[in-house]
Amino acid sequence: MEASKVIHAIYTDDDVLMSAVKTVKAEKHHIEEIYTPFPVHGLDKAMGLAPTRIAIAAFMYGCVGLTVAIVMMNFIMIEDWPQNIGGKPSFSYIENMPAFVPIMFELTVFFAAHLMVITFYLRSKMWPFKKAENPDPRTTDDHFLMEIAVHDNEKELSSLLQETGAVEINIIDKAH
Amino acid sequence: MYTFSNKLKTFSIILMVLGLLGVGYGFMNSHKTFEEVETMLANEASHHGGGHGEATAHADASHAEDTHGDDVHGTTAVDHVDEHKEHVEHVMHQIENRPWSALYVAAFFFFMIALGVLAFYAIQFASQAGWSPVLFRVMEGITAYMLPGALIVLGIAVASGTIGHYNIFIWMDPEVVAHDELIQGKSSFLNMTGFIIRGLIFITGWWLYRHFSRKFSLAQDKADINDNRNFKKSFRISAAFLVFYIYTESMMSWDWIMSVDPHWFSTLFGWYVFASMFVSGITVIALITMYLKSKGLLPLVNDSHLHDLAKFMFAISIFWTYLWFSQFMLIWYSNIPEEVTYFVTRFADYKLPFLGMVVMNFIFPLLLLMNSDYKRIPWFVVMAGIVILCGHYIDIFNMIMPATVGDRWYIGIPELGSICLFAGLFIFIVFTALSKHPLLAKGNPFIKESEHFHY
Repeated sequence: MEASKVIHAIYTDDDVLMSAVKTVKAEKHHIEEIYTPFPVHGLDKAMGLAPTRIAIAAFMYGCVGLTVAIVMMNFIMIEDWPQNIGGKPSFSYIENMPAFVPIMFELTVFFAAHLMVITFYLRSKMWPFKKAENPDPRTTDDHFLMEIAVHDNEKELSSLLQETGAVEINIIDKAH
Repeated sequence: MYTFSNKLKTFSIILMVLGLLGVGYGFMNSHKTFEEVETMLANEASHHGGGHGEATAHADASHAEDTHGDDVHGTTAVDHVDEHKEHVEHVMHQIENRPWSALYVAAFFFFMIALGVLAFYAIQFASQAGWSPVLFRVMEGITAYMLPGALIVLGIAVASGTIGHYNIFIWMDPEVVAHDELIQGKSSFLNMTGFIIRGLIFITGWWLYRHFSRKFSLAQDKADINDNRNFKKSFRISAAFLVFYIYTESMMSWDWIMSVDPHWFSTLFGWYVFASMFVSGITVIALITMYLKSKGLLPLVNDSHLHDLAKFMFAISIFWTYLWFSQFMLIWYSNIPEEVTYFVTRFADYKLPFLGMVVMNFIFPLLLLMNSDYKRIPWFVVMAGIVILCGHYIDIFNMIMPATVGDRWYIGIPELGSICLFAGLFIFIVFTALSKHPLLAKGNPFIKESEHFHY
């Protein structure tokens, strides 16, 4: 694919950034990406990002963990070798269930937490030795960067961004 | 300003009248003669079959054998008659206990809602919460029931041992104590004078906090905008109250609940009762807030406030379950006879309420209130709240009933009547208190933050 151009507008204040996002959205430009040094409250709403579904994933992982715990202990303690250990009733799962609850609980939490974190890493493409995708190192410290694709409207876009209070506007060729 | 609507007032009075009729019916119906109970038991044995039937048949067989047997028969027959007499008297006593216990359970349930709200209110002050001040007047309205509710509970407890025939607390019966060394050993704590004095100390302490925090809260409304002295006073007494509360709440739960089983003890019982009262209190705050909001009287309460209350309902329900399970599992696991009888009776005779309350107090709110969006939908929270409240009524029911009426329990007219009576009284007192002062604590230094609270 041919090289396309993007505009990088840099801000130094999150409030200015927020109002800039609202202006740019109102002008119906598509914001490709925003780089911030810290979470800006309400930015996702202003950008119109879809809400995360990671909590739903975590709930399902928790259900998996609970099932694993129940199936595991039912097999080990009740079906495979139902020993009499200190008089605990091992005739059926339900009879000995209170003793299994701590493990059922912990495995539910374990699966929900760990699989959710792994899902998060996969979905946000983060892993060790991953090449940082940072367009400007200052965005990790005290600058905010908004990236907008250019479609033969450089002039118009730069003046719009200038008005929103950007301290720096760069046009960058980006190879896809 | 809220005016107690005539409709609601009439409704609460109707509830009280119906409740009184139910309670009266319960008391009239509970006095059975020895013969009546005897025939009732005989009927049950023939109708039910099963365990009772077999037991009777067995007894009859051995009795028959005795009559045909040798010289031993005379004494065994006497023993058998004694045993029979004892059994009938035992059942007779349980039947007599039922209206008392029904009254006591309902009285305690509504009282504990008010006390739970009082603790929640104190925590909001002590933690300087920024979200809740728009709800303070609702909480203050609910805590108005604390004093009359607590006095009624203590009154019923004392009356059951003075007017009644030791219908709730057997340790009040000197004849039982005379033959019971375990209770004798505890009699320095479990005696009528101590019970009354402790009860009055608890109630006075709670009432003092409620009285002064309400007074300061109202004074803060009238104070100058920069004058936060009343708020600071509230803050200090709240911190002090919370210390007093956690001690007295624990002791209150030994006195007013745990001592119905004077042979049994559990160390985390106070916390367990606390969790129950806390979650029911928060639920009632949410329900009354939603009621007032639906009337357009709380314009500053938004769905984020509701969301926070629902989060508390969710979290404290889980906390309750944690304590319930911790108490149950430790006793079940070690299975020490003197402790485990508590759960054995509950499991044998109260299986449905005992397990049903876990569903109502844990599984239902867990699945319903887990979703963040659902916590903002009023009818959803109302539905969860009603189930939680019913669940915690059953929780108190399970604490009191097995010790007093044993397997003679039923949720019938005496129980429902008592619930109606105290629900009516609760509504009447709470909404009267709500109508006394504006529903917005506008002098609170956090009120602006609370008005704009957004989650």
